[in-house]
Amino acid sequence: MKPSDHLDPFQQARTEQGVSKIDDQNDPVNMVLRLKDVRKCAHNWKTYSSEATPGRIVVPSEVNIRDTRQIPFEVDPPKHSAFRELLDPWFKRPLQDKYRDKLRKQISTLIDDVNQQDSIEAIYNFSLLLQSRALTVLMNTPESEAETFISWGTHVFRSEDDPLDAAKAQQLYDYIDQKIDEAEANPSDDLFSTLLAAEVDGERLAREQIKGIIILTFAGGRDTVINMVTNTLAYLADHPESLQRLRDEPEIHTRAIEELIRYFSPLTHMGRVATEDAQVCEHAVKADSRISLCWASANRDETVFENPNEVVLDRKLNPHVAFGFGHHNCLGATHARTIMHILIEQLVSKVDHIDFINAEENIEQWGDSKRKVGYHKLHLTFNAR
Amino acid sequence: MAKITFITRDQQAITLEASSGSVMELAVQNSVSGIDGDCGGVCSCATCHVHVAPKDVSKIGAPSEIEQDMLELDDNANEYSRLCCQMEISEELDGIVLNVAH
Ligand code: HEM
Ligand code: HEM
Ligand code: FES
Repeated sequence: MKPSDHLDPFQQARTEQGVSKIDDQNDPVNMVLRLKDVRKCAHNWKTYSSEATPGRIVVPSEVNIRDTRQIPFEVDPPKHSAFRELLDPWFKRPLQDKYRDKLRKQISTLIDDVNQQDSIEAIYNFSLLLQSRALTVLMNTPESEAETFISWGTHVFRSEDDPLDAAKAQQLYDYIDQKIDEAEANPSDDLFSTLLAAEVDGERLAREQIKGIIILTFAGGRDTVINMVTNTLAYLADHPESLQRLRDEPEIHTRAIEELIRYFSPLTHMGRVATEDAQVCEHAVKADSRISLCWASANRDETVFENPNEVVLDRKLNPHVAFGFGHHNCLGATHARTIMHILIEQLVSKVDHIDFINAEENIEQWGDSKRKVGYHKLHLTFNAR
Repeated sequence: MAKITFITRDQQAITLEASSGSVMELAVQNSVSGIDGDCGGVCSCATCHVHVAPKDVSKIGAPSEIEQDMLELDDNANEYSRLCCQMEISEELDGIVLNVAH
C-alpha cells in the first residue's frame, strides 16, 4: 500500500447488504452504498426529503448547533428549482475567461511561492490558501478578504476539542451579517449585493435566506476543496509518473480530474429523511428515519467501475457521483473543477516533481467503517522545473 | 465531415460541422444552449442529453448500459434519449438531427 492510497471501507457491506446502519446522536442513519440505489434515492425526493429540520440531513447531525435552513441544500422541489435558477448562473461564472485568469494568477503565484521553500505543510501552506483565495473569486469580493477566511483555519465550524462547536460557527454568522450590512449600505457586484437585489418567485429574499445561501458557500466548499487539493498533491507526490503523464498528455486532463474526484470523493455522504415507509434494496426504511447517500461507496461500486480501487487517469466511462446526483447536484462543481484544471495545468508547467515527506491521515469513523478522507498534516517538498 | 443539427428547446436549429471528437464537445464549443457538458464527457453529469430524431436512431445505435442507467433517472428521458458525449463524430453521423432535452 502506498501512502497516498485511499482504501474502500464499504466494500463488504456494499456487496453483502447494500446498506450499513450507523448511529449518530440517537438518530440512526441507514447508509445507502450501491451506485444504482444511491442514484435512485437521490432522484426520489418525494420519499427521501432534504427539507427536514435544519441540520438533520447532515451526518453528524447539526440540529443542535443551527436553526438556519441552508438554501438550496435543505429545500425540496419545486421551491428548490426556483433557487437553483437564481443561483446557477452565478456559480457557472468559472467558465468565463476573466474568472479563470484570476484563478490562474492566484494559483501560479502560490506554486512559485512553495517552489522556493525547503518543505511545506500542504494544508496550511497550500490548500487552505488556495481555497480561501479562490472563494473570493467565486463571491467576487476583494482578494484581501481571504486573509479573514484563512484566519478561521480549516474547519469553520469545529474547534480542536469540539467537533460541533456552536461558538466557532457564530464567527461565520457574524461575518456574514456584517457583509450583508455593508452590501445594503454600499451595493457592489459581489455575491452579497447580488443576492440582496435578487428575486425568487417575484419576491425579494429575506435576510435569513441570504444567510442560508452564503453559509453554504462557505460550508460546502471548504473541507471538500481543501481535501480535493491536498489529496491531489499527495497523489502526485507519490506518483511522479502520473505528473509526467499529465505533462505529456494534456488531452487527458479532463478525464484525470473526474477520476481523481471519483477516487477521493471529498464528501463521503449526505443524508435524507424518509417521508413514508420505504425500502432500499430489501431493507426497510421507516417514515421519519434517516438514510444517507454514500457517494464515496457508490464511487467504488465494482458492478459499475472496472478496477474501482485504482486511479485510472484516462478512465473514459466514469459515471461517478462525487458531486451528487439529481436536483441537489453540487452547485460549486464548476468552481471545483476549474480549480483542478488550473492547478494541474500550473503544476505540470512549474513543478518537476514533489517529494512526499510524511503525513498524518484524517480518518472518519462511520459505525465500524474507517474512511480516509484526507490528511491532518501533509509534508511535501516542491521541486521546481 | 459530418453535418449535425441541434434543435434547442426554443426551437432554434443550429447546424454544425466536424470530423472528429464527441458530439457534446462540438455543441459546447459552439455554445448550443442546453448542452453544458459539465463532466467533460465521462458520462457522469447528464447535462448533454438529446433526443435523437426517430429517422436517425438506426445510424446512432443504442446507449451502453452505463449510459442507459443515467438516462433512466432523467425526467425528460424517452426512447430516443442519448447522452451526446457518448457519440463519436464520424461520416456516418452526417445529416443527423438532435433535439436538446433541457
Ligand atoms: C470537490 C469539491 C466538492 C465536492 C466533492 C462536493 C460535493 C457535493 C455533493 C456530493 C453534493 C450533493 C449533496 C446532496 O445531494 O445533498 C453537493 C451539494 C452542494 N455543494 Fe458541493 N462539493 C464540492 C465543492 C463545492 C463548492 C466549492 C461549493 C460552493 C462554494 C459547493 C456548494 C454546494 C452546494 C450549495 C450544494 C447544494 C446544492 C443543492 O442542494 O442544490 N460545493 N456538493
Ligand atoms: C451550515 C452548514 C454546515 C455546518 C455547520 C457544517 C459543520 C461541519 C462540522 C462541524 C464538521 C466536522 C465534523 C466532524 O469532524 O465530526 C464538518 C465536516 C465536513 N463538512 Fe460540513 N457543515 C455544513 C455544511 C456542509 C456542506 C453543505 C457540505 C458539503 C456539501 C459539507 C461538507 C463537509 C465535509 C466534507 C466535512 C468533513 C471534512 C473533514 O473532516 O476533513 N458541510 N462540517
Ligand atoms: S457530458 Fe457529462 S454525461 Fe455527457
